[in-house]
Amino acid sequence: MFTFRKGGVHPPENKITASGKIIAVELPREVTMAMSQHIGAPAMCIVKKGDHVERGDMVGKAGGFVSANVFTPISGTVVKVDKTKNAYGMPVDSVTIAASDEDHASDMEERFGQSRTRGEIDTLSAEEIINIIGDAGIVGLGGAAFPTRVKLTPPPGKHADILVINGAECEPFLTNDHALMLARPDELLEGVRLLMRGADVEKAVIGIESNKRDAIDLLRTRLDSDESIKVEALKVKYPQGGEKQLIKALTGREVPAGGLPVDAGAIVQNVATAYAVYEAVYLGKPLIDRVVTVTGPSVTAPGNYLVPIGMRMSDLVDLAGGVPADTGKVILGGPMMGRTAVSLDCPATKGTSAILMLPESQSSRRTVQPCIRCAGCVAACPIGLEPYRLGLLSAQSRWDMVEASGVMNCLECGCCSFSCPSSRPLLDYIRLGKSTVGGMIRARSAKK
Amino acid sequence: MNQLLTISSSPHIHTRRSVASCMWNVVIALLPSLAASLYFFGIGAAIVIAVSVIGCMAVEFAITKWMLRRPATLMNGSAVLTGLLLALNLPSNIPVWIVLIGCVVAIGIGKMSFGGLGCNIWNPALVGRVFLLISFPVQMTSWPLPLVNRFNYLDATTGATTLGALKMSEMASDTVAGASASAEEQVFSVDMLQNFLGGVGGSMGEVSALALLIGFAYLLATRTITWHIPVAILGSVALFTLCIGGDVMVELLSGGLLLGAIFMATDYVTSPMTKRGMVLFGVMIGIITVIIRRWGAYPEGMSFAILLMNSFVPLIDRYIKPRIFGERRGLR
Repeated sequence: MFTFRKGGVHPPENKITASGKIIAVELPREVTMAMSQHIGAPAMCIVKKGDHVERGDMVGKAGGFVSANVFTPISGTVVKVDKTKNAYGMPVDSVTIAASDEDHASDMEERFGQSRTRGEIDTLSAEEIINIIGDAGIVGLGGAAFPTRVKLTPPPGKHADILVINGAECEPFLTNDHALMLARPDELLEGVRLLMRGADVEKAVIGIESNKRDAIDLLRTRLDSDESIKVEALKVKYPQGGEKQLIKALTGREVPAGGLPVDAGAIVQNVATAYAVYEAVYLGKPLIDRVVTVTGPSVTAPGNYLVPIGMRMSDLVDLAGGVPADTGKVILGGPMMGRTAVSLDCPATKGTSAILMLPESQSSRRTVQPCIRCAGCVAACPIGLEPYRLGLLSAQSRWDMVEASGVMNCLECGCCSFSCPSSRPLLDYIRLGKSTVGGMIRARSAKK
Repeated sequence: MNQLLTISSSPHIHTRRSVASCMWNVVIALLPSLAASLYFFGIGAAIVIAVSVIGCMAVEFAITKWMLRRPATLMNGSAVLTGLLLALNLPSNIPVWIVLIGCVVAIGIGKMSFGGLGCNIWNPALVGRVFLLISFPVQMTSWPLPLVNRFNYLDATTGATTLGALKMSEMASDTVAGASASAEEQVFSVDMLQNFLGGVGGSMGEVSALALLIGFAYLLATRTITWHIPVAILGSVALFTLCIGGDVMVELLSGGLLLGAIFMATDYVTSPMTKRGMVLFGVMIGIITVIIRRWGAYPEGMSFAILLMNSFVPLIDRYIKPRIFGERRGLR
């Protein structure tokens, strides 16, 4: 069993939706496509009000190298090009598309079938594969939504020799990757092989936490005699799916502080991303839907839903039985790193891995007590920082010391705040320190 | 959806540990030793422990309520723990008024004067104990014999502790060469099994090594403490004793070594934050303890060793840092 050694915590797993069942959501009559649903520059809108678009048409074009195309999952007419609020309450440029009865009926027929022959796929070059991935608007589907094309294109002079596929799904509650691995093992492995060719590496390793034994066994069976891909069981420990932790666990290599995974010869991709790559290359289907876990202790029909991107989240939650009456907090993503939503009256995006509704009783923070120096945060930090000290220094605005203490290495996994018996908001202070120090560093490099 | 939602930054879930659960866990771990001291010292132990616990709680309550005007902190178990630890470091025949002075010093000076829980530099129970040891050397070093004093309190019959006898034999051997033989005989006639199960004179908490070790196992099992500090102390005491030609088992099982290593040196507030710092802290406590026991004026050195090393904790935390992921050791 593989694992990272330094730090980590083990929160209650709460995988109440664990199964291979993915519930396909009927295409909605209206979608809102945000131009910024990835890390990097927003996409540029290429349609105008009144235009007619087909399912799978591009509506936003990547606005730079670190950016991604945006496609519509439904056919229809562009009814609005304006700013709408995203789940965090921020206005973003968006395109709203409404389907007529005719459009809706035409979408009932699946239009993405085998778009390339076996022979064509086998002769694709690495560059061609990367271009298909980039053109399809694929971003990392683990939650960060970093454009996949960029990750597959390392800086000049650097080269990876191993592809690490993240199937750890170490966040409590989340089961979307688990469901996908069980439901689409062959397609997913095909996506992994395409990513290997795109990244020009000879071997790949898929890391899956051992609480998903069925997925590990299934993928191993389906690999058959393919020696170039390994499936490894990982210890159930958060943040096993953190990029640096995963590389350390599976390859024993350590990404240098301040470096990229490619500095350790590795490229990390999520299992759902690999599946999206399969769809793009084999079916010619851009990234227009994804698996979303809708869950929570009081949700009546929690499950893993195949969701058209751009669909209103409140409609999706209605399919799962609606927002429970006792809900006090709605989290997009998992409970360790997810962000709280201001409202569900906004579209699902490429980065929406889960909608988690926590009851009121689990929503508020506990009373902050004095630090008793229990050393729990130091032991829990997977990076080797001293969260108690960073918190103190940040609170005192001693930014130079915050920087010297390595704050920029923090991956904001939340292990420190999670483990603190005094309920101190350690990560809040560290984020404050990180953003301030980040600003200082940018200012320094601008001066040079 | 009409509910008002809570907006906060991650993480959104939280460990079940709390300050109170940590403190009460240590109190639970002390229950075997508490039972042992009641068994061996009877009524005297009951009086001293009750007075010490209630005294510490009263002092904390009075200071938080009337001097600092803060919300009461009694329920977090910290004052109870200090009271219990202070009592277990005292002989069972010590007068009530001395115990109460210990409570005032431990909580009032040892903890609250620094700002309360989490702010103190020295272990409060040990501050109280050492204050009493220096102020009332006679009462603090008369050790009631176990078992025979179950129904005696102030009128308990007393005897030497193992370490006390050892110290006497060393002093004797320094002056009169001939006298050492009998004293040494006396020391080695001490039944090691008795030392382990309980029944050798000393302060109440030291009486049974077995009870302390059960508590240690509980603390490790509940992950209240890690093994680093206790193992470092015991290891360094064993190794150092071996080097200077002492009896390792006598040193390990006698006196406050186990009580100190398991319950006093591991106090969160006054011990280092990193694993390596904890090991250094423990090793130094072990070495200082053996030096005091062997060459100092006191037969017992654990309290002084812990308090001395408590003072070094800020320094240890300043210089011993965890290695940052992806950085080579020594680069910082």
